[in-house]
Amino acid sequence: MSIKILIPTPLRPYAGKQSIIEVTAQTVDQALSDLVAQHPDLRKHLFSEDGKLRSFVNVYLNDEDIRYLSKGATPVKETDTISIVPSVAGGVRP
Amino acid sequence: MASLTETSTATLSNEEILRYSRHLIMPEVTMEGQKKLKAARVLCVGTGGLGSPLALYLAAAGVGTLGLVDFDVVDYTNLQRQVLHYTSDVGRLKLDSAIDKLNAINPFVDIKRFDTYLNSQNAREIFSGFDIIADGTDNFATRYLVNDACVLSGKPNVYASIFRFEGQASIFATEAGPCYRCLYPEPPPPGLVPSCAEGGVLGVLPGLLGVIQATEVIKLILGVGEPLIGRLVLVDALAMRFRELRVRKNPECPVCGANPAVKELIDYNQFCGIRGEEGEAQTSDKIPEIQPEELKRRLDAKEDIFVLDVREPHEYQIVNIHGHLIPLGDLPKRVHELDSSREIVVHCKSGARSAKAVDFLRQSGFKRATNLTGGILAWAERIDTSLPKY
Repeated sequence: MSIKILIPTPLRPYAGKQSIIEVTAQTVDQALSDLVAQHPDLRKHLFSEDGKLRSFVNVYLNDEDIRYLSKGATPVKETDTISIVPSVAGGVRP
Repeated sequence: MASLTETSTATLSNEEILRYSRHLIMPEVTMEGQKKLKAARVLCVGTGGLGSPLALYLAAAGVGTLGLVDFDVVDYTNLQRQVLHYTSDVGRLKLDSAIDKLNAINPFVDIKRFDTYLNSQNAREIFSGFDIIADGTDNFATRYLVNDACVLSGKPNVYASIFRFEGQASIFATEAGPCYRCLYPEPPPPGLVPSCAEGGVLGVLPGLLGVIQATEVIKLILGVGEPLIGRLVLVDALAMRFRELRVRKNPECPVCGANPAVKELIDYNQFCGIRGEEGEAQTSDKIPEIQPEELKRRLDAKEDIFVLDVREPHEYQIVNIHGHLIPLGDLPKRVHELDSSREIVVHCKSGARSAKAVDFLRQSGFKRATNLTGGILAWAERIDTSLPKY
């Protein structure tokens, strides 16, 4: 089924400048796989070389952190929204 | 959550009663609440984008003791968002500038100044004089330091951070709630997430987020409402949408978990940067550089040098030296526009992106690619001072 993934500003350059991307998936893992298949440049920003989700990137299904659900195996349904929330340091200094 | 000062011994003068009258007549504040504000001691780490509105509103609200930590000097690029500082303050210490404004707003506030870079050696001691810490810093090393010092000292960390049009806010390190490391156990390696200096930030955004921080500080002091504990508010100013995500206390958190690995403050620069800095050093070791003076001399001598600018088009509009523009991200697919037999000098704003570009080009067979040291900023500084810097 088709669900929405919200892309945060720092990652939009690697996602065709889009803020919302529709993917087809039954689980969170499948949703992220479809996402990086559509936008290969995102892969290194979301996953480490061994294929694990990076520790400074959190993935939420609706308002819940997937680490406290069934992680990547968490099932998704049509009305769900996945959010990618990377850490940002904020403020402005080179 | 219990308020920080159950019964306050602070007293209010007639002048203060008049000043705070719009608070005093609110049932959520009253004389009792205003005395709690007066008795409260809040530390603002940073007096920049977030720290400006935060400190302004806390001072105006009558927080009795306000600590400010900053070592920086006001510069022109700060003025677009750091509303504590005026054009006439450029070149002054942010602390001096901030204290002038805060005293002018409310002379009843006792301001403690810490003219220093917060570090593992001084953080616990500085924090010891305060009840609440508000993190308005701009880098991961200090954010992890503030978080860990808050957890170890048992003080709430009222947090916000910003990027372009987006911000995040929460309260970390309360006794029952999660800490920043529960949310993000580790910082990103440098270079993988663009910094605000590369990405920019909308000037009003730290205003929005700093005011959220001030609101949460005041609620913690008064012990009213629902504090932003265990919740991360995401602000998207472009869509003007506020969302809320749950943040849980991680039982395995390295700082606030049941069996913490971190029991004292560590070296946060190492924790946040060493991989990236080493990586960058390795890259720049093998990346040949050319000084602006050398490039200028050789261009003037009409030598055949192709200047490649790898910044973004909107940066090119601000200032350029007539280089051929291919943004770093587009370089792999547009590399055919370049001639590998020619000498190519690559530049960006200050030299980091162009170093990556030169690395990529040399690996792709462009053996005559070199990096302009210091980028267009160095050019504007040393060769053509009529050019604007940004």
